[in-house]
Formats: sequence, structure tokens, C-alpha cells
Amino acid sequence: MANPKILLVEDNRDDADLILRANDATRLHSDLVVVADGEEALEYLFATGRHAGRDAADRPVVVILDLALPGMGGLDVLRAMRQEPKTRRIPVVILTGSDRATDIMAGYDLGANSFVHKPTGFAAFSAMVAQLERYWVLTNVRAPE
Amino acid sequence: MSKNPHVLLVEDNEDDVELALHAFRGSAMSPDITVVRDGEEALDYLFATGRHAVKPSRELPALVLLDLQLPGIGGLEVLRRLRERPETKRVPVVILTTSDDQNDIIGGYDRGVNSYIRKPVGYADFAQMVKQLEHYWLVTNVAPPA
Repeated sequence: MANPKILLVEDNRDDADLILRANDATRLHSDLVVVADGEEALEYLFATGRHAGRDAADRPVVVILDLALPGMGGLDVLRAMRQEPKTRRIPVVILTGSDRATDIMAGYDLGANSFVHKPTGFAAFSAMVAQLERYWVLTNVRAPE
Repeated sequence: MSKNPHVLLVEDNEDDVELALHAFRGSAMSPDITVVRDGEEALDYLFATGRHAVKPSRELPALVLLDLQLPGIGGLEVLRRLRERPETKRVPVVILTTSDDQNDIIGGYDRGVNSYIRKPVGYADFAQMVKQLEHYWLVTNVAPPA
């Protein structure tokens, strides 16, 4: 059986690399798929565009979403996911450097399941990724297909 | 002054209440736990009405742990009502249940639950789950602004 997938939407290459390295280190047997902008996130989720032909039923167990993305922003991705029956119940964790109360409120209001600050440094990043994986891949019960 | 985080536990099963209280007591954050035993009282507590209509201004809990099978108003209805109200619509809610019913899982997500967790069997697993819940929702997760 395929490993559970985590979709990471992150345009900052350094942050994406940190998370990929941290994910390798946790060895929880989930596959991390990284996309660099909001359009590609939706293409991945709906198996269109650059991800046409992918099995759209193979949904990620959690989406980790940066807010500040080029083009379509993270909140727009979240809104689009929540409007679509096939993706509206996928847990979304917003991962961001933003401390702005308006971003946090908007994220929750659009149906984000959780909001997490980007830590600084590899050790803290690794710990956070391990925690996110354990919680959302192993403990949380996902909605049936 | 106590600044421990505050958790509302909505649970009618006394054994589960005891397990949860015991696990939280031995936990790192030692949150203050308020236990309510049915859906009406959960709403009274969150909206400061009825049996809880005393305190004029009260902070909302940092986390609501919500059982589904409750006497009277069920857990999904509690969730629906608190998501309707501006003051409670962003409060983190984790459903903690023995239910494997797909309609419960779907119903929970469709009503805006943050997370859905099956109650583990046995104290060790239950304590481990409490520890994980506490660390995730009281430490890592950024709470909605008041």
C-alpha cells in the first residue's frame, strides 16, 4: 500500500528543504509532496494541469499550507479546497511566519484545522514536522473517501 | 493567579472522565479542566448561559474535547451551535469518541471540527493520547485571537 501523503505548499525553497530533510529524519513512512505555489497545489489536489493523470482519489492526509505564496495565496487555496466536496474535509494546517491576528482569524474562518508558526533552525523544524506527522497521519482520524 | 491553559471536557462517561483527569494531572501543562456531562451544559458553559450564567466576562477554553454520544443534545449538535456563534466559532474542538461511524466522522468535519480522535483503550494509550493532544493544541497550535 502506498505511504500516506502530506502535501506541502511552500514557495520558499529553504523552508521546503528543511521540511523535506526533517521528514526524512522522522521516518514515519509518509511521503511529502512539495508544490511551490497555490495553483499547483490545486492542480495536485484535483489532478489537473501539471498533475493531470495523477490518481485524484489518492488524497493527502493533511495539507501543510504556507500563506504567502506567489500568485494565488494560501487563503485562496484553502477557500477553494473547502468549496470542493472532494477536498473540503482534508485537514489543513497553516504554517506561516505571520503573527497577524487577521491572518489567523481568516485562516480559521475559512476552515483551517490548525495554525502553526514556522520555527527557526533545523532542530526546531524537525521537531515540528515530526509532531505534525504523528498527529495528523497517525492520531487524527481522516474522513472516509 | 492561575494562568494554566483551560480545557473543557464534554463527557458523560465517568470512567472516561476519570481517565482524562488522571492523565492531564500527570501532564506537562497541568491544564485546568472543566468537566460538563451533557450537551446542554456544554453550551451553557461556552455561552455563559443557564447553569453557567454567572461570570460576566470569561475566557473561552483553549480546547474543547467533545464526546459525541451525550445525553440530550449530542456532540455534533453542540459543535454546530458553537460554530454558529461569532464568539465561539473559532474555538479549537477535538472530537474524542469511540464511534467509528462514518457519518459521525463526516458530520464532524462538515460542522467544522478541528480534529477527530478515537478514544484509545487502556490507561497507557489514553495517557499517551492526552499528552499528544495537550502538546499539539496547547503548545504548538496558534490559538485564534480572542
